[in-house]
Amino acid sequence: MTSPTTPAGKRVLSVRDLTVTFQSERGPVEAVRGVDLDLYAGRTLALVGESGSGKSATATSIIGLLPPGARARGEVLLDGQELLGLDDRRMSAVRGRRVGMVFQDPLSALTPIFAVGRQVADAVRVHSKVSKQAAWRRAVELLDLVGIPRPQLRARDFPHQFSGGMRQRVVIALAIANDPDLIIADEPTTALDVTVQAQILEVLEVAKAETGAAVLLITHDLGVVAGHADEVAVMYAGRVVERAEVGELFATPAMPYTLGLLGSVPSPEATRRLPLVPIEGEPPAPSQRPAGCPFAPRCPLVRDDCRDKEPALTEIRQRHDVACVRAADVLGRRPEDVFARAEEPAVAPAPAAGPVLRVNGLGRTFPVTKGAVLRRRVGTLQAVSGVSFSIRAGETFCLVGESGSGKTTTLLEILRLRPPESGTVEVLGVDVAGLLPAPERRRLRQAVQIVMQDPQGALDPRLPVFELLAEPLRAAGYAAEATRDRVVEVLDLVGLPRDSLDRFPAAFSGGQRQRLTIARALATKPRLLVLDEPVSALDVSVQASVLNLLARLKSQLGLAYLVVAHDLAVVRHIADRIAVMYLGHIVETGGAEELFAQPRHPYTRALLSAVPIPDPERERSRERIVLRGEQRSAANLPAGCVFADRCQLRPTLATDLQELCGTRRPLLEQSGGTTVACHAV
Amino acid sequence: MTATLPTGSLDGPLDAPPGARVDVPPPLRLGRLRLYARRFARNRSAVVGVIIFVLLVAYSVLGGLFTPWDWSRQDFLALTQPPSGSHWFGTNQGGNDIYAQSVHGLQRSLVIALSVSVLTIVIAAVVGAGAAYLGGRVERWALALIHFLLVVPSFLILALVSNRVSGDWRVLIPLLTVFGWMFTARVIWSVSTSLRERDYVLLAEFMGVSRWRIVLRHIIPHLGALLIVNFTLGIVSTVLAETSLSFLGFGVKTPDVSLGSLLADGSGTITSAPWLFAFPAGLLVLLTVSVTLIGDGLRDALDPTSMVGGRA
Repeated sequence: MTSPTTPAGKRVLSVRDLTVTFQSERGPVEAVRGVDLDLYAGRTLALVGESGSGKSATATSIIGLLPPGARARGEVLLDGQELLGLDDRRMSAVRGRRVGMVFQDPLSALTPIFAVGRQVADAVRVHSKVSKQAAWRRAVELLDLVGIPRPQLRARDFPHQFSGGMRQRVVIALAIANDPDLIIADEPTTALDVTVQAQILEVLEVAKAETGAAVLLITHDLGVVAGHADEVAVMYAGRVVERAEVGELFATPAMPYTLGLLGSVPSPEATRRLPLVPIEGEPPAPSQRPAGCPFAPRCPLVRDDCRDKEPALTEIRQRHDVACVRAADVLGRRPEDVFARAEEPAVAPAPAAGPVLRVNGLGRTFPVTKGAVLRRRVGTLQAVSGVSFSIRAGETFCLVGESGSGKTTTLLEILRLRPPESGTVEVLGVDVAGLLPAPERRRLRQAVQIVMQDPQGALDPRLPVFELLAEPLRAAGYAAEATRDRVVEVLDLVGLPRDSLDRFPAAFSGGQRQRLTIARALATKPRLLVLDEPVSALDVSVQASVLNLLARLKSQLGLAYLVVAHDLAVVRHIADRIAVMYLGHIVETGGAEELFAQPRHPYTRALLSAVPIPDPERERSRERIVLRGEQRSAANLPAGCVFADRCQLRPTLATDLQELCGTRRPLLEQSGGTTVACHAV
Repeated sequence: MTATLPTGSLDGPLDAPPGARVDVPPPLRLGRLRLYARRFARNRSAVVGVIIFVLLVAYSVLGGLFTPWDWSRQDFLALTQPPSGSHWFGTNQGGNDIYAQSVHGLQRSLVIALSVSVLTIVIAAVVGAGAAYLGGRVERWALALIHFLLVVPSFLILALVSNRVSGDWRVLIPLLTVFGWMFTARVIWSVSTSLRERDYVLLAEFMGVSRWRIVLRHIIPHLGALLIVNFTLGIVSTVLAETSLSFLGFGVKTPDVSLGSLLADGSGTITSAPWLFAFPAGLLVLLTVSVTLIGDGLRDALDPTSMVGGRA
C-alpha cells in the first residue's frame, strides 16, 4: 500500500461541491449534495453506498449523462478542464477518449447488431485517425488483453454469442480502447456470478495497469471494495460521510454508518453464528431527509446537536475525513459495541421427527427448439438431474450455485406439487405424485410456501396490504373473521405496523416489502418455507434485519427453510446443511460447518475462494482460485464429470484419472465430513 | 438511480397526512372502493368529466320535459328554421324540432354506445386474459376465433343483418358487440402473455388460488388502463359505427333518430342550415370529451404508481 500522505501519480479528476438536482412531481430533489472527490492516476477510488445514496448520480454527472430534467452544479475538473456545462459535442470528445465507462449490464452496453470487434474498432476510430485495418488490429489486441480466448476469431462474433462475463470483458475493452485517463466502473460485477466476478475484477486491474488510469469504482459490495480499492468514499443520503484509505477505513471507521455497514455484512469466515448487527430503519427517501445529520434517525450514538445541523466533512486524522460530530467516540469501536445486536433466538423445541421434504432423484429437462414458424426440437436441456435431499423441521437447507446451475428449477419443481418428470417429491411424508384427495392436496399446498427474490415483483402492486395477506388465506378456505385475525397476526409476526393494512406495496421500502412477502408466505402456517434469494435484492444495512427476522421466525415457529442463494456469506450465516450445485447436479453436500471449513470438491473450493471478504488485509493476502471460463450450457452435458472442463484440480492429476474425469460421471460419495461427487477426492 | 427516485417519494400515496388515521383503529382498513373514490375525487378534470356526463344523461332523460315538442312531431309551419324562442335548436327540413330530436338521439346513442362498450370490454377482457393465462387448447381456440372474426368483413354483415331486421335499434347492440370485441381481445391477449410470467401470478398459483380467480384478480386489474382507454375509445367508435350505418340507411332508421342519424342528416346542409349539424355534433363532442376525462381519472385512481393520485 502506498504511503498515506503522498498518493502516487498526478491528480486526474477533481470534483468540488457537486450537487445534482432531479425534477420530480414533488418539486426538485437533491440526489447529490456537495460531493468532493479527487482521483489520482493509477489508483482506485471506491464509492460505496446503498441505493438512493447518490453514487450513480455522481458518476453520471461526471460524464455528462444525466437524464433530461436533472441539473448538476459545482465543479468537475478533468486535468484542469471543466466538464460540467460542456455541450454534448464537446462532451463526446471527452467520453470514450479520456473517460472510459463500464456499466452494470453488459448486454445493454453493447449494440446487438454489430460484431464486437467492429464495436471496439469503431470506438478506436471515433477518437483517432487510423485506418480500418489498424483499428481492427487494435481491437483484436484489446480483446486479447481483457482475456478473450482466440480474439482473432471471436472479434467477428456478435454480443449474443458471448456469455455475461465475456461481454463484460468486451465492455472493458471498449472502455480502455483510447487509453483513457479515467475509468468509471458502475457496479461492474453486480450482474455476474461470483466466480466470474473474480475474473472481471482481475481484468479491471489489468486494464488499470495497462492504461495507468484512475478508476472510480462504484459498488455496494464491501468485499469488492476491500479487495480492489485504494481509497474509499462512503456515501449516505447524497453526501460523502466518510473518506479514507481502504485499510484505515476498514480497521478504524469513524462514522457510525460505516461501522454499521461493516457490522451488517455476514462474514463468509465467521465460525459461530451470532445474530447480525443490523442498522435500524432504512435510508431516507431523497424528498424527505431530516434536518441535521441524515443518519441521525438510525444512529445509536445520536445526540441532540446531531439533529440541528448537518456536520461537515472534516479531517480527523491524516487522509481520513468524516462528517460526524461523534467521530472521536466511534474510532476504535466494534459494530456490536455501538449497535444493539439482536437477541439470539432461543433454540426451537425439536419438533416431531420425520422430514418435511424429501426429494429423490429429481430431474427436469426442457426441449431446445429452433425456428420461429416450424419449431424443431434440436436438443434437450438437462436443467436438473438426479437431485436428492431431505429437510427436517427446524432445519435450514441451502442450495448454492451459480446462475444456470438448476437451483431455481429445483425449487419450482418442488413447489408445483405435481408429479416431477423423474424422481419423487415427498412433502410431509406424502408423495405428491400420488392420487390425493382435494383436501389433502390443499393441506400440502399450505404446508409449502415461497418467498421470492424480488419483493417488488412478488406483490401485486394493485392490491392493498390487507388483500395481499388475505389472498392465501381465502384460497385456503379461511372464513372472513378468521382471515382478519390471521392477517393482523402475521403482520405483527414480521414486525410491521398495523396501520399498513390499507396501504399499497409501493408505499413501503424494500426491506418492508420483503417483510410483507414473508408475512404472506407465513399466513397459512406452512411447515416449509422456500426462500429464493431472500435478501439479494435488498440493501446491505437492511439485509441484516431481514436475516435476523428469518432466524427468529424459524426458531419461533419451528419452520424448515429451503434456501437458494448465491451470496455465500449469507449462506454461511443461515445454513445448517448445504448442497453445492453445478450444471444441475449436486457436486457436494454436507453440514455447513464442515463444508465451509473443509470443502472437498474443487468447485466448492473455487466458489468459496471467490467470495470477497470485507477485510482488506486478509482479502489481499489470501490465495485465491480463479476458475477458467464459465459454466457450459446444460444443453450438451459431457459424458464425464460436469465440472471437468473448468476444474483446477484436473490438470494436476495422473493421466488415467484425468481420463476418468472425462469419461465417467462421479457419484456422490461420503468423504471426510461431506458427501462429494469427484473422482479425485 | 434516476429510475428509483420517483419511488422515493411514494411515502403516502393514499391520502391523509401520516398519522392522521393512527388513532382510529376500529375500521381496520378503508374499503378498496372508497380508496379509489378518494383518489378519483382528487382529480379535478375527471370530476368535471363526471359532471358533464351526468348533465348529458340528465339531458337525455329529462330534456324532453322542457319543450312542448315531441321528437317525432312535425311543425309544418316552421321548416328549416334557425334556433328561435319556440324551437330552441331550430328545425329541420321536415319541421322536426332539433332540440327534441337531440334529446331522443342522445338517449339512443348513449344506450347503444354504453352497452356495446361495456359488453365489448367484458368479453374482450375475459377471452383475451383467459386465453393468455390458461394457455394450451383454450388459447389456441380463442385465438382462432379472434383471427377468424378479424378477417370477416364485419361491416358488410352488420349492414345486411341490420337491414333484414328493418332498423330495430336494439338489434344493433348485440350486432356491434359481436363484431367489435376481437380487436381489443387480441391486444389484451398479447399484453396478458407478459403478465402471466409475473412473480405474483406464480405466487398466487403456489398459494392454491384457483385459475379463474387469478385471471380476475391479478391479470385483468392490471389491464385497467388499457381497458379504460379502450372503453372510452369504444364509446366514440360505437357512435361512429352507428353513424355510418345510419348514414348508409342501415342503422337507426327514420322516423327513429340517433345522434348518428342526426349528424348524417345535418351534414348535408352544413352551410345553409348549420344548426342541424352543430347541436348534435356539440353533444357528441361533449359526450366523448366527458367520457375521456372520466377514463383518465379512473386510470390514475386505479394505478397505484400514479403520481397524480398520490400528490393532489
